[in-house]
Amino acid sequence: MDLTLSESELAFQAEVRAWLAANVPAEPLPSMDTAEGWALHQEWEAKLAAERLSVVSWPRDVGGREASLIEWIIFEEEYYRAGAPGRVSQNGIFLLAPIIFDHGTPEQQARFLPSMATGETIWAQAWSEPEAGSDLASLRSTATRDDERGGWVLNGQKTWSSRATYAHWGFGLFRSDPNSAKHAGLTYYLFPLDAEGVTVRPIAQLDGEAGFAEIFFDDVFVPDADVLGAVGAGWNVAMSTAGNERGLSLRSPGRFCAAADRLVDLWKTNGDAAPQARDAVVDAWIGAQAYRLFTWGTVTRLADGGEMGAAGSINKVFWSELDIQLHETGLDLLGADAELLETPWMDGFVFSLSGPIYAGTNEIQRNIIAERILGLPREPKGLSNKEVAR
Amino acid sequence: MKFELTDEQTGFAEAITDLMRSADSVVVARAWAAGDTASGAGLWKRLADLGLTALVVPEEDGGLGGTLVDLAVAFEVLGHELAVGPWIESAALAPQLEGEMVTAAAAPLAPYAADAQVARLLSGTAGATHASIDTTRTLTEVSGGDPFDDAAIDRAVLACAAQLVGAGERVLADTVTYAKQRKQFGREIGSYQAIKHQLADVRIALDFARPLVFGAALGEVPVSAAKVYASDAANLAARTGLQVHGAIGYTAEFDLSLWLNRIRALGTAWGTPAFHRGRVLAHITSTAPAGSPAEVI
Ligand SMILES: Cc1cc2nc3c(=O)[nH]c(=O)nc-3n(C[C@H](O)[C@H](O)[C@H](O)COP(=O)(O)OP(=O)(O)OC[C@H]3O[C@@H](n4cnc5c(N)ncnc54)[C@H](O)[C@@H]3O)c2cc1C
Repeated sequence: MDLTLSESELAFQAEVRAWLAANVPAEPLPSMDTAEGWALHQEWEAKLAAERLSVVSWPRDVGGREASLIEWIIFEEEYYRAGAPGRVSQNGIFLLAPIIFDHGTPEQQARFLPSMATGETIWAQAWSEPEAGSDLASLRSTATRDDERGGWVLNGQKTWSSRATYAHWGFGLFRSDPNSAKHAGLTYYLFPLDAEGVTVRPIAQLDGEAGFAEIFFDDVFVPDADVLGAVGAGWNVAMSTAGNERGLSLRSPGRFCAAADRLVDLWKTNGDAAPQARDAVVDAWIGAQAYRLFTWGTVTRLADGGEMGAAGSINKVFWSELDIQLHETGLDLLGADAELLETPWMDGFVFSLSGPIYAGTNEIQRNIIAERILGLPREPKGLSNKEVAR
Repeated sequence: MKFELTDEQTGFAEAITDLMRSADSVVVARAWAAGDTASGAGLWKRLADLGLTALVVPEEDGGLGGTLVDLAVAFEVLGHELAVGPWIESAALAPQLEGEMVTAAAAPLAPYAADAQVARLLSGTAGATHASIDTTRTLTEVSGGDPFDDAAIDRAVLACAAQLVGAGERVLADTVTYAKQRKQFGREIGSYQAIKHQLADVRIALDFARPLVFGAALGEVPVSAAKVYASDAANLAARTGLQVHGAIGYTAEFDLSLWLNRIRALGTAWGTPAFHRGRVLAHITSTAPAGSPAEVI
């Protein structure tokens, strides 16, 4: 065991730190879920991309600098420590891009990745449906073959799609074989959100901002060139994204370490007025350190060719609960000022509340941990689509 | 950058495990608790022959020259296999080149000397003796003992934390095995979500406690952080393990009880959670730099 960084890793860290110190906006940008904030976040992405800092781990020809996993963690640590803006491109660069690298054609890679790296095209994930949440494989939106035009016609409804209000493209799963059983017969499609037949209806979240949206599909044509992976293989293709979301890429330790450090600062100024928060401050800080060290373990394993697998579920439950704990404690330290909107703590708190819900709820993650990691007996099987329909 | 055990370290852990299992360490522990320490002394000698008590003594002084990571590896196994005797004192606090069984008090963290009825008290005068909830531990009051330096105390705390992780792992493993076998209402109890989710929480807690133990061994975090999380995780394992076993888990005869009581005892030995939280607070309020959150999904 050895956590020292190499010369080149230290040099990379210094470069990133210096660049962020010189370039991170002094004032936080307005929320990305407003028209004004959206534009400013896109500009920020372009600025990062000009330094090849938007997607450090990607190949050079699509905007990256081929950084290692370790360098990626270093980048994230510096990024959050510097208080840099949230990543409006997140769903594309972290959730979709790995799938395009693994399953996309060279043509798709060349077409989609560069504009994702610069933030010019922002992507929204369209998986959930009104009747298909945790039980995603019960989804009902359809894709019908159109041989004449050489493609597919999408119909149905998606919902809770983050950033879809302003995003440019979507990626989602549709049932391409109406006679198929649950997980079979699904296909992964990419589509512009301004295509004919697409209607996006923003949904205000807990804090009133339109952070996600419903998407309606009314005979939307998608050419074969925009099918990702094999027809009918959508479930397996999509599940490789789910692992990314739960595991490492969505929630790097830098985020929690930076928030824990801010919490400690808040304790220094407000602790006298809220001494009962002492243990919670300490536990939040220890939790962030535990997450950081755990992540180095994961990185070591992945660098040796290991896979994330079901361990991603352990990761997901931990970070999502830690995030709430961190922000609840911050609010406790603010006393009666906790309800004020002008502090970053309420913002972070409201956001943290969604962590145990998205990316697979924590109940589903606990099922996965119990069954796949501890080897406990499976749940009795749920109903098939046809049985549900009856 | 590499945050995982070497093959040598996992091999070392396996060697200790094999030795303890072949010696029937649980039977040894029960005898020790009943006052018959002969088999315990025999197992102690065999483990000492592996080099356990001299593990962190530098090579030039005749020891094994092991690191604190090696120490944590060994103590996790000692917790898992329910070792008896003053290991924390003889291998971590005051490592013994010749494998001798020694003990000491180190107030305020360890106000009593463990196992002074069989081990040599390093300094001070032995007073009254008390029973522990962990029947394998006998606690003796000590007056006028010499103090230990911070590094020695930190090693003891680290060893205690590692032992807690090992004990928690054992309780989880035995409980999972039980939940797969025990049937009620015609189904294995482990197929019920109320059971699954509790056990999943134990898996999570232990998986995040262990990196803190090794991180503390590397100096990345204070040992107090590891002790706090390790005792919380082990306590969760113990509470859950008891609940999932039902009444059988509440009996002295069933071996689970030995680990439950060990976890209760080690949770406050070598510094209570409140003491260690205080130490962590002192550490972070003197070092933490600022940042600010940036959040999206
Ligand atoms: C802020 C936010 C952003 C999101 N962004 C996106 C996005 O960009 N794209 C997208 O496609 N989706 C997105 N989602 C949707 C998210 O993926 C779903 O909310 C999630 O999958 C859960 O589905 P559901 O909300 O329908 O809840 P349900 O599945 O109806 O679950 C309700 C409750 O029942 C529990 N439950 C369900 N099944 C079981 C079971 N088998 N065992 C035990 N408990 C169970 C759940 O854990 C939960 O507590 C987002 C959600 C939120 C809150």
